[in-house]
Amino acid sequence: MTDTRADQPAAESAVAVAPEPVPSAPPRSQWADVWDQFRTHRGALWGMAVFALILALILVGPFVYWNDPKFVPTGRDFLELRDTRPIYVALWDGDAKVNWAHPLGTDNIGRDTLARLLSGGRVSIAVGLAAMILSVVLGTLIGVLAGYFRWLDGPLMRLTDLFLALPLLPLLLVAVLLFRDPLSGAFGPEGGTFILIVTLVGVTSWMQTARIVRGDILALKEREFVLAARSIGTKPSKMISRHLLPNVMSPIMVSATLGIATAIITESALSFLGFGFPPDFPTWGKLLFDAVDRMELYPERVLWPGLMISLTVLSVNYIGDGLRDALDPRIRGR
Amino acid sequence: MLTYTIRRLVLSVPTLLFISLVIFLLLKLAPGDPMASQPLTIPPEVRERMREALGVGQPWYIAFPKWLYQFFVVEPMYFSDAVFGTDLAQGQQRVISWQTRSPVMDIVVQRLPQTLWVVGTAYVVAILIALPIGIYSAYRQYSWFDNAGTFVTMVGFSVPPFFSGVLVIVVFSVQLGWFPSIYDTTHRVVDWETFKVQLQQMIMPVMVLALQITSQLSRFMRASMLDNLNQDYVRTARAKGLSERAVVLVHVLRNSLIPVVTVIALGVPSIFGGAIITEQVFKVNGIGQLLITAIQANDLPMVQTLTFIFAVLIVLFNLIADVLYGLLDPRIRYD
Repeated sequence: MTDTRADQPAAESAVAVAPEPVPSAPPRSQWADVWDQFRTHRGALWGMAVFALILALILVGPFVYWNDPKFVPTGRDFLELRDTRPIYVALWDGDAKVNWAHPLGTDNIGRDTLARLLSGGRVSIAVGLAAMILSVVLGTLIGVLAGYFRWLDGPLMRLTDLFLALPLLPLLLVAVLLFRDPLSGAFGPEGGTFILIVTLVGVTSWMQTARIVRGDILALKEREFVLAARSIGTKPSKMISRHLLPNVMSPIMVSATLGIATAIITESALSFLGFGFPPDFPTWGKLLFDAVDRMELYPERVLWPGLMISLTVLSVNYIGDGLRDALDPRIRGR
Repeated sequence: MLTYTIRRLVLSVPTLLFISLVIFLLLKLAPGDPMASQPLTIPPEVRERMREALGVGQPWYIAFPKWLYQFFVVEPMYFSDAVFGTDLAQGQQRVISWQTRSPVMDIVVQRLPQTLWVVGTAYVVAILIALPIGIYSAYRQYSWFDNAGTFVTMVGFSVPPFFSGVLVIVVFSVQLGWFPSIYDTTHRVVDWETFKVQLQQMIMPVMVLALQITSQLSRFMRASMLDNLNQDYVRTARAKGLSERAVVLVHVLRNSLIPVVTVIALGVPSIFGGAIITEQVFKVNGIGQLLITAIQANDLPMVQTLTFIFAVLIVLFNLIADVLYGLLDPRIRYD
């Protein structure tokens, strides 16, 4: 027993003297580890597949699909083509008015539902992405400034608390009403509403990101590598961009993913309440809203847009869930 | 604790004042004109006098204190007159809706019971469903029950109420015809039959709202239970020979409920916000629906009052959540 104890230090020193063993495999990057952990999350993988499929559908679909979303038939065609049902309705209802040229049917003035669904998806997802980028940029900026500069911390955090205490949905509705007409005049009805909704959703959803980023920056500031960087005279701008920001990327990425989901839901809610895009400009929420009045006769017009919103948000939420686990080094090791 | 509560209460006064100023200034920009709905035959000078009587043209530093006085001094006076039979108000000017020309607070008081009834029931139902689900899925982590629960809560998160509401209407009122799709607020409960009708018309809006709240709460309950299940005191309790039931339902549950209670308190105001959409779907004429119609009709005093009430609710429940957290968890002391 004592012999083995005495031997051990000698053995250790021998190991220390010996040259380090040459690693057999190249070093793994952080992102490879993250991807490995992400792959173990089944829901996240499914979410990614579904989201990629939806993206592919709305990006490629309008080029492949033969119907124009804005085409309104006239004259005799109008009576013939309006209010057709999806082709699958013929399975249980032989008398249903179906048309193979319009797989998901047409609406009450004869516009093709599938074409509108595809082009509506482009707008909904574009709004989601743009609003997410705005909110993440704002949240990161405010979080970093509040965490890094002590004199800005108090005012900026009071501002965050104030935004958290605002009743957001009512204010969004009011703001849409106020600024819709001036912006529509300046950028056209579609462009104006797009800018308005993206700005409003972005400006009202940055608070969580800002709080998380501030907390992380405050903790990072006390670490040795920041002290080392400061001691060689790093300027604050370089300090933030080279040392602090890369270290808070993971929470920012997670809140960015979840931000897409929130933005899509908020846009659809605004459209659903009648405060969204102009009438002939389809988004998923708008399609749903237009279809509610006649849902007894044509439930499919409610079903498909709602299903698309829910699937998109569900897949994005699952991706966010997987990312959160994958980016957490404490979980990754296990 | 008491000093902390008082300090927070005092601090919430400037916050609320500032929020009301923000709302006020935002509405000041509104392009709407309350005289737009009046007949064109009214001569311009009379129109101008009517506008003056409504106080439209005044600058904000005059209009805002006047609104504050009306809202915080005159309205409580009328309230005490109505409740206690005092005579404080003496016919002072109240906040008047441009839409109906009646006092805003009277309409709000008429609409509030519907909202409270639907939202309150939904919240209670959601808590009753969410807590057991959260407890059991944490206790049997990664079991099929936990996985199914995770999926259902994810769906509950992701399906917006304006879709789930419409979906249940299509299925249960159009196809099956079990429940009415429109909430009838004039319905009075007098006997068993009318009670059944009331139950039938409440079930869909309540379940749609409850699904959303349940998914958030049960995730939180599960996470909080998981945090506590691996603590040392749990091992001690098991080592003492306590029954599994006592360990989980007494020792772990009580500690896990602390953060959950604060989340429940924090969620109350956001539920009023979410109820705006649900009320719109099921045609419940509560305060959410009132807000939508007021915005569409450019009824600025109504919008101002309702948004401010929402803001008061948020600030109040934030305060309640913080105080509760301090009261329940002796490790947290604010002073």
